[in-house]
Amino acid sequence: MSLSVKHLLGIKELTSQDIEQIFQTADNFKQVLQRPIKKVPTLRDTTIANVFFENSTRTRISFELAERRLSADVVNFASSGSSVSKGETLIDTVNNILAMKVDMVVMRHSASGAPWFLSQNVDARIINAGDGINEHPTQALLDAYSIRERLGSIKGRRICIIGDIMHSRVALSNIYCLGKLGAEVMVAGPPTLIPKHIEDLGVKVEYDVKKALQWCEVANVLRIQLERQHKPLFSTLREYALYYGINKQTLDSLGKEIVIMHPGPINRGVELNSDVANSKQSIILDQVENGVAIRMAVIYLLSGKVDLED
Amino acid sequence: MKILLDHTQLNITLQRLAHQLIENHISLADTAIIGIQPRGVWLSNRIAGIVKDITGYQHIDYGKLDITFYRDDVHSTNTIHVPSQTHVPFSIQDKDVILVDDVLHTGRTIRAAMDALVDFGRPRSVELMVLIDRRFSREVPIQPDYTGQTIDSIMTQKVKVYWAEKDSKDEVVLIDQ
Repeated sequence: MSLSVKHLLGIKELTSQDIEQIFQTADNFKQVLQRPIKKVPTLRDTTIANVFFENSTRTRISFELAERRLSADVVNFASSGSSVSKGETLIDTVNNILAMKVDMVVMRHSASGAPWFLSQNVDARIINAGDGINEHPTQALLDAYSIRERLGSIKGRRICIIGDIMHSRVALSNIYCLGKLGAEVMVAGPPTLIPKHIEDLGVKVEYDVKKALQWCEVANVLRIQLERQHKPLFSTLREYALYYGINKQTLDSLGKEIVIMHPGPINRGVELNSDVANSKQSIILDQVENGVAIRMAVIYLLSGKVDLED
Repeated sequence: MKILLDHTQLNITLQRLAHQLIENHISLADTAIIGIQPRGVWLSNRIAGIVKDITGYQHIDYGKLDITFYRDDVHSTNTIHVPSQTHVPFSIQDKDVILVDDVLHTGRTIRAAMDALVDFGRPRSVELMVLIDRRFSREVPIQPDYTGQTIDSIMTQKVKVYWAEKDSKDEVVLIDQ
C-alpha cells in the first residue's frame, strides 16, 4: 500500500483512502511517541531539508521532531540570513540543497503554488508546509485527526471554521479534508474576510458567529492574518473581537458543549479569549501533539524510493 | 502443494511447544510471550492460551510487537509496509522474553524484532519460538530455541499457515511458485 501521490502538495489531490491510511499510520506513530524511547530507526538512510521562506514555530519544530523520531538526517534552512537575500532563485536554492544529497524537501513559502512549481522542477519528494493563501495540508490532517480522536468519527459531523477565511491556507485545506471525510462544513466571519463563491466548495456560509456556534459541534477558530491584508477589511481588532471573538460567556450561552480548535498562533483576546483557549473544551494542545504523529505518518508514507519518473 | 501439518498434527505440535516453554520457564513469573505482528500473533495467541490451560495461571505477560518501522528494507521494495498495532502492556526489563513467529526464513524479521524489543527495555534473555523453520535459508545468524517443524525448502517456495480463527481451518502447506 502506498499513497496515490508522490508529493504532499495539498489535500485537494488526496483521496479519502489516502487520508484514512495517513490516520491509521499516525495511530501507530502516536503509540511510538508514548514509549520511553520515542524513536524508530525507519528512515536512517533518508535526509530531509526543512526549507522555510516564511516564519514558523509549531510547524517547523513539529516537522523536525517527526523527522528526528523517524531517525532521518535533518537540515534546516531559513530564508533570512541565506543567499535568497542576495537574489538566488527558488529552484537554484533548492537544487543546491539537493546537490548535497537530500531526499525530501519540506517547504513553506509565501507564494501560493510554490511547492507545486518545485515538484515540477526538482528531483525530490516535496511536502507542503504552507504555501501563501493556498494550502497547509498537514495542518488540516492533524485537525481532522484530532476531531476523529475527540469525537470518534468525522462523517456527518458539523464543523465550523471561523475567522479570516480569505487569507487562510488552513481554512482551504480543512474544507477539502473535512469534505472528503464526509463532514458538514460551515465557514463564518465578517463578509469581507469570506471569499465570494466559496459555497462552490460545498460549504455553508454564516456571517453571525453566534448562529454558527449554535449549529456546529466543532469550532476551528482561525487567526486574523494582518500580514496578508493589504487593505483594511474591518475597522479595528477591538471591533472584530467584539463581534466575532469567542469568549466563555458566548460558549456558556449555547446550552451545549462544543469542541474548540485553533491552529495557532493564537491572538488571545482577539479571535479567542484566554478563558476559552484554556478551557476543557479546547483541544488546541492535542492538535499540537497529534501534529508530530501525523507528520511522521506523511513522511513515512512518502519515503518509498519509487522512481519519481513513473 | 504439500501439506506440512494437518489439523491434528498442528495441534499436537502446539501442545509440545507450549510444554517445552513451560519446562524451561517453570514459574512464568518473569517470563513474557511476545508475538510478532501480523502473522506470528495467531501462533502466540494459541501458545499463550495453551500455557494458561496447562498451568492454570490466570495471568501471563503476553504482548504483540509490530516491527514495520524497524525493517531494513523500507526503501528496497516498491510498496510501503502497512504497520500493525504494538501492544506490550508490561515492562520487559529483566524478563525472559520469548519471541513468537510462524515461519523463520531469512531471519531478518527476527533481527528487526530484537531491535524493536530493546526499545522497550533490557530483557534478561530473549528466546525464539517458531512453528516452521526453513533451514539453510538464513541471511543473518539467527536460530530458533523452540521449533515446530524443520523443513528444507528453496527460495521460490512459500510456506502458508492457515489458522481456524481467520481461515476456518488449521493447516500448514508448502507451495511451489
